[in-house]
Amino acid sequence: MNGTFNIYMAGVGGQGIGLLAELLARAADHAGLSLRGCDTHGLAQRGGMVTSHLRLGVAYSPLIPDGQADLVIALERTEALRSARSMLKEGGAVIWYDATWQALDVRTGANPPVAADDVRKAAESKGAAAHPVRRDDLPDTRMQNVAVVAEALRLALIPGIELDHVKAAMSDLMAGPGLETNLALLG
Amino acid sequence: MKDMGRMLVRREAFSELAIGNTAIVRAMVEAGVRVVTSYPGSPTPEIAEAIKSIAPDERPFYFEFSTNEKVATEVAFGAAINGRLSVAFFKSVGLNVAADSFVQLPLMDIGGGMVIILGDDPGANSSQNEQDNRHYAKLSYCPLLEPASAQEAYDMFKKAASLARELRTAVILRLTTHVCHAKEKLRFDAWEPATPDDTPRFDPDSSSFIPIAASVFPMKRRALERLADIEKRLPSLGLDTLVDNGNGERGIVVAGLPFASVMDALELCPPGARRPDILKLGAVYPFDRALVRSFLESHAEVKVIEELDPILEGDFKALAYDLGLHCRIIGKKDIDETMGECTPGKARAILAAAWPDLFPPEPETAAGIGETDKAPPPRPAQMCPGCGHRSAFYAIKKALRPDDITVADIGCHTLGHLPPYRMGRVLLSMGHSTSTASGLALMNDSRRVVCFIGDSTFFHAGLPGITNAVYNGHRVLLIVMENGTTAMTGHQDHPGTGRNFSGVTEKLSVRAALEGLGVKNIREVDTYKQQELTGMVGEALDEPGFKVIIARHPCMLKFTREARRKPGWSARRVMIDLSICTQNHECIERFACPTFQRTEDGTIMVNADLCIGDGSCRQTCPVQAIVPDA
Repeated sequence: MNGTFNIYMAGVGGQGIGLLAELLARAADHAGLSLRGCDTHGLAQRGGMVTSHLRLGVAYSPLIPDGQADLVIALERTEALRSARSMLKEGGAVIWYDATWQALDVRTGANPPVAADDVRKAAESKGAAAHPVRRDDLPDTRMQNVAVVAEALRLALIPGIELDHVKAAMSDLMAGPGLETNLALLG
Repeated sequence: MKDMGRMLVRREAFSELAIGNTAIVRAMVEAGVRVVTSYPGSPTPEIAEAIKSIAPDERPFYFEFSTNEKVATEVAFGAAINGRLSVAFFKSVGLNVAADSFVQLPLMDIGGGMVIILGDDPGANSSQNEQDNRHYAKLSYCPLLEPASAQEAYDMFKKAASLARELRTAVILRLTTHVCHAKEKLRFDAWEPATPDDTPRFDPDSSSFIPIAASVFPMKRRALERLADIEKRLPSLGLDTLVDNGNGERGIVVAGLPFASVMDALELCPPGARRPDILKLGAVYPFDRALVRSFLESHAEVKVIEELDPILEGDFKALAYDLGLHCRIIGKKDIDETMGECTPGKARAILAAAWPDLFPPEPETAAGIGETDKAPPPRPAQMCPGCGHRSAFYAIKKALRPDDITVADIGCHTLGHLPPYRMGRVLLSMGHSTSTASGLALMNDSRRVVCFIGDSTFFHAGLPGITNAVYNGHRVLLIVMENGTTAMTGHQDHPGTGRNFSGVTEKLSVRAALEGLGVKNIREVDTYKQQELTGMVGEALDEPGFKVIIARHPCMLKFTREARRKPGWSARRVMIDLSICTQNHECIERFACPTFQRTEDGTIMVNADLCIGDGSCRQTCPVQAIVPDA
């Protein structure tokens, strides 16, 4: 790989961004890529934003500069929109699990809900591809993170990372029936 | 599945992906640390999680969560003057709590050596300020090292420990949030466990440990001489790095994570352009004056890049003035350079402000990008579904008049200040609430004063303020928001939980502590009993003197996680019976559990991914439209 491939991950506290980030970092390591990454959560695990940075190839800081993400992976629609606007690079791609966890202002009626089309438009304005993911066959809602990874692999959105790398990473992180179910979801 | 705990005590050298906080624990193992103490606070709790991953009988050192950072420092100090290499770690503002004892450490002869690990938080990601704790190093004459990456955190901890042991002192290892959490493939050395010598070696006759009056001065002199000694050793310690780009005109001095940001920013220089040389300091206090002098002498201009305060900048300018150097030292240009994290983007802006020709002009942002499309609504942190604090704030608010005053403290319940509750409107620090409330109640007969505190904070720093309120008879209502854990930082135990880090222990009762301090007026209630709580608050507010309500409900995040693991667990949820619902929106706008979602036509739905079926919302619906989802 030439240069740096930046993956920015975003979701809401409780959705499993930490596991998603660890899975991809370990997959990159199994693929022989050098990497730097960083979870950013702070107070955010209480239903606030959780984001994670992963930089493959040559990078010094673990943080991706604004507007330099080659790929945005989000686990929630509002956070997909937020990340596509602030972090996505021109010509990049955004893939998101199309769940909606409404922000406070939407619930109180102060702001209108975000539509999937809003994410598409934000991506289009940067000449970036937009891939919503939604599956009705998940045995557990906490597997939405792995469902997005499966789709990102199918679309070959991460150069250098193949299915086998992610499976090896998953075996580093899980065991027992949980591992089996998640491996099956990867395909 | 990889077992992190096993890896941390592996004998052979190895490489592994890990974050800075985990790397530090391997460094503790290799360095022969015997005692480690802490109070939980972001960005450092993962250090304790890594320690916990090591099986208790494999852990080569003792660890405890102490009741607060000052206590943690003192426990580590006591062990260290008895000959054990000791570590205390906590977050940035934790050093304020520890300060009274911490500032004495450099005066002491600490036979075992001591490392203080600070998790500073530039950007205030999870703290009430972004204070620059390098000031404390200068204030107390305590040496300070600053790593820029997870690998350096590991390497520098070992150097800090060896320096501390050799010079019989305390050394600060200053981490920042994104060094603590930075992830990379780390190289760990081999570890040969040695049989520890645990002879109690405290010897009060070898050196004074009592800094009173005239005896302070030899102790202070020794601290200052030790700093000079350390500075002489710096060239051989390999803590500082020179990136030589062959540039005699321009140089940069930087330390910590901003070094990585500068390196990323310089990648944006045009091909073939001469990049500035970089002097990266690992030893920040004391710094190697001879090295800095030679860097200043060999460059026409030097930009000092410091996250937060201009500490090195002032020292460098003084040095250059004293030596009559002609180097132009470029410091901070504006207030913004003193604020926030020095990210790669910010480093680029700072460098461009110093040297406008360094980078090609930024491309004009194409019209419309990120501007004309829809902005997402903000997403502040909030209380979880089923949180007992939500029921408490909803119920307490009903008993208050609009101009009554509510005082927050630190914990998950701080989030009560957000809409729609707006409860707890002033915050200073851990445990401040009762005393701030006491002041608010003085010469004030018209606006009643209510303050909050969590159970971990109650034991951490709450007791002196409560004692004062009893002693001086302040007319305040304190509501203890007891959820049975230290929730905000990841569910650590505290003296009231019946467990410490090592196992089961006696559970200290909040009520018994209050009674012991002489509090006479105490009520207790489960916060899910909202009407009862509203009634109690109304009654208590009309009573004289200091009153306490213990408003209790277990942390439902912790409770639900534990319940899921038990056999026979099945998900519970509520639903809105649309045939009854009148769309009065009490559930979504005033109780405001995040489970409730609004649809375009104003109908309220329950988000099945979020609802835990606790049912605390059901009593808030005036028409009883919230029903169990069978």
